[in-house]
Amino acid sequence: MTRLPFLFAASSALAILAGAASARDTVTVALQLEPPHLDPTSAAAGAIDQVLYSNVFEGLTRFMGDGSVVPGLAESWEISEDGLTYTFRLQDGVTFHDGTTMDAEDVKFSLDRARAEDSTNAQKALFADIASVDVVDPLTVQITLSQPNGNLLFNLAWGDAVIVAPESIDTIKTTPVGTGAFTFTNWVQGDRIDLARNPNYWGDTPALSAATFKFISDPTAAFAAMMAEDVDAFSGFPAPENLPQFEADPRFQVLVGSTEGETILSINNKQAPFDNPKVRAAVAHAIDRQAIIDGAMFGYGTPIGTHFAPHNPAYVDLTGTSAHDPEKARALLAEAGLADGFTTTLHLPPPSYARRGGEIIAAQLAEVGITAEIINVEWAQWLETVFRGKNFGLSIVSHTEPMDIGIYARPDYYFQYDNAAFQDLMAELTGTTDPDARTKMLQQAQEIIANDYVNGFLFQLASLSVAKADLQGLWANAPTQATDLTAVSWAK
Amino acid sequence: MTRSLFLGGILSALVLLAALLSFIWTPYDHTALNIPAKLQAPNAEHWLGTDHFGRDILSMIMVGARTSIAVALVAVGIGMGLGVPLGLAAAAKRGSWLDEGIMRANDLVFAFPSLVIAILITAILGAGAINAIIAIGIFNIPVFARVTRGAALSLWQREFILAARVAGKGSARISAEHILPNVANLLIVQGTIQFSLGILAEAGLSYVGLGAQPPVPSWGRMLADAQTMVSLAPHMALVPGCAIILTVLGLNLMGDGLRDWLDPKLQGGRA
Repeated sequence: MTRLPFLFAASSALAILAGAASARDTVTVALQLEPPHLDPTSAAAGAIDQVLYSNVFEGLTRFMGDGSVVPGLAESWEISEDGLTYTFRLQDGVTFHDGTTMDAEDVKFSLDRARAEDSTNAQKALFADIASVDVVDPLTVQITLSQPNGNLLFNLAWGDAVIVAPESIDTIKTTPVGTGAFTFTNWVQGDRIDLARNPNYWGDTPALSAATFKFISDPTAAFAAMMAEDVDAFSGFPAPENLPQFEADPRFQVLVGSTEGETILSINNKQAPFDNPKVRAAVAHAIDRQAIIDGAMFGYGTPIGTHFAPHNPAYVDLTGTSAHDPEKARALLAEAGLADGFTTTLHLPPPSYARRGGEIIAAQLAEVGITAEIINVEWAQWLETVFRGKNFGLSIVSHTEPMDIGIYARPDYYFQYDNAAFQDLMAELTGTTDPDARTKMLQQAQEIIANDYVNGFLFQLASLSVAKADLQGLWANAPTQATDLTAVSWAK
Repeated sequence: MTRSLFLGGILSALVLLAALLSFIWTPYDHTALNIPAKLQAPNAEHWLGTDHFGRDILSMIMVGARTSIAVALVAVGIGMGLGVPLGLAAAAKRGSWLDEGIMRANDLVFAFPSLVIAILITAILGAGAINAIIAIGIFNIPVFARVTRGAALSLWQREFILAARVAGKGSARISAEHILPNVANLLIVQGTIQFSLGILAEAGLSYVGLGAQPPVPSWGRMLADAQTMVSLAPHMALVPGCAIILTVLGLNLMGDGLRDWLDPKLQGGRA
């Protein structure tokens, strides 16, 4: 008992120390994937945007956490009557991190670079309708379209359309120079990327003075790092099974939101027997979505019946089109002349939704007589064999780009769906600016691919993040791949 | 019979029995998913609990024992089948270019850590049980070649070999008829040890995803699956972990016991 006063003194000293430390203005955020390089305008890797979007690089418009598109570097814009000319008024007094001024010339340079013939931009389709980008005066840019495109403002918000400094292009992959609230300071490859507050930022000064992104790919290490409080937040936590433990722990908060990731069982539409719609329908009816969500994602995820995000106002719930019905699946297989079933391959990339989901799907397909031979692959192999080589029967992947139903209009896309009616509809959609007409067309498009059973539509990937309880302002949803730190702060 | 042979024999027999029994009976279908029943701790219905897909772990362990034993057995078979003749040949032609060639090639394989070679081979040939067998088998070859050559060399100095020579037998015949039976004891002991190492190697390869592919159950992959669930369902890691430990322990004890039992030099000294 004599020790008690000492202990008490020690703990109050600790409390004082903790109090002093609470005036925190730095944050360490962990991510699972490390970017291959740091130029968001020349690679498909979402990991680049995950670090840099809105923190270091900004576009004319930008996404907010709820998915809405708001002005970014463009302060305002006017759209001509015919929908062909967009005149953007730029924010005044914006400088790049290297001190140079951001003006209309830089906007023209960035957009022309992205849509150029030899551009390596991963989303060139975003700029396909732009006929020309013209500088009116240093703060005014005019974009002329070859045909009306109702998506332009949305397209310009993508990480692939950010404004870059012409002087920095040669070194952008290692030292990115943008206009954002944070400047890039250091990249220790294999470990972390450091950012610091940009003192000359044109917008609201961020609450954080510095931020570190740490890369932890192993789910077990992710759990340990979070539990040991080595990191303040983990954006895109890889092990959903551990989330209840964080929820039960008062030190942490769990952010569950939606992403743009439609997780699908992709089917090679050109490979026999999947070229027969009856076989694809059989596969779709063999799948029990809820079992996959519960088994692979521990309940996190929303079932989808088509390639469209459920949080989008134009979403149609078509899960009934491909309801779990093994009897019907067997009957469909018999109709297709495959009463004895068949054997195919199931290529699974590393994420747990694919590896675990794949085991479940293989078991569900086995119930109706389809033998799916599981082949676990790394991402590089997946891109090589499945995505580029189109040498697969089935695969599981989450398509995380926002509003990407347009990929079904590309017959050379890896699942090789070729439907002229759908392609015409998509072309018509691009030329339509009337919101109601667009919604109708999008709904029609969702129904076409659902009724054609192009792929097995599984679930919308949930955005799962863990953070310390007093960290505020992180995005719960992931309307695009980003970890926006501009509004993040510690509770007082 | 020594105590370690007895204990090791019982443990090994148990694993073998479980594997054999799994061909005719398991408590549940080891591939049947039952997601609502996932992550159950051991209970009356599922004696060793269920995994993250609600599969019965006891059934998976039983069928997994089959995978482990089959992979290790064939791998040791490859090692013995190729290593022993090589060792005999090297000993018969001691000091010749053949001996040098065989033994230096062995050194080359030995120079690499065995699991690293196995990973290399499965990375080239692709993951799967068959390739795991080949990979583990290859690094078993030099082990058996060395043991055989070492023991055979001392035998070649003995009078009964000289007698066989005088009788006109060639070195191939002498190796097969006189040397091999006399090194058999050693090979059985070494085989038991290599068998346990083979089980460990198979578990290791499966753990990193290069062994048996799902849905074929494997102890190593069961451990890997359990990794993020240790705090939720510790039995998922403990059960396959214990299965591996007990099997390897059993085989090692049996190997030790066999050596003591078969080695004439130790006879009478113990018992």
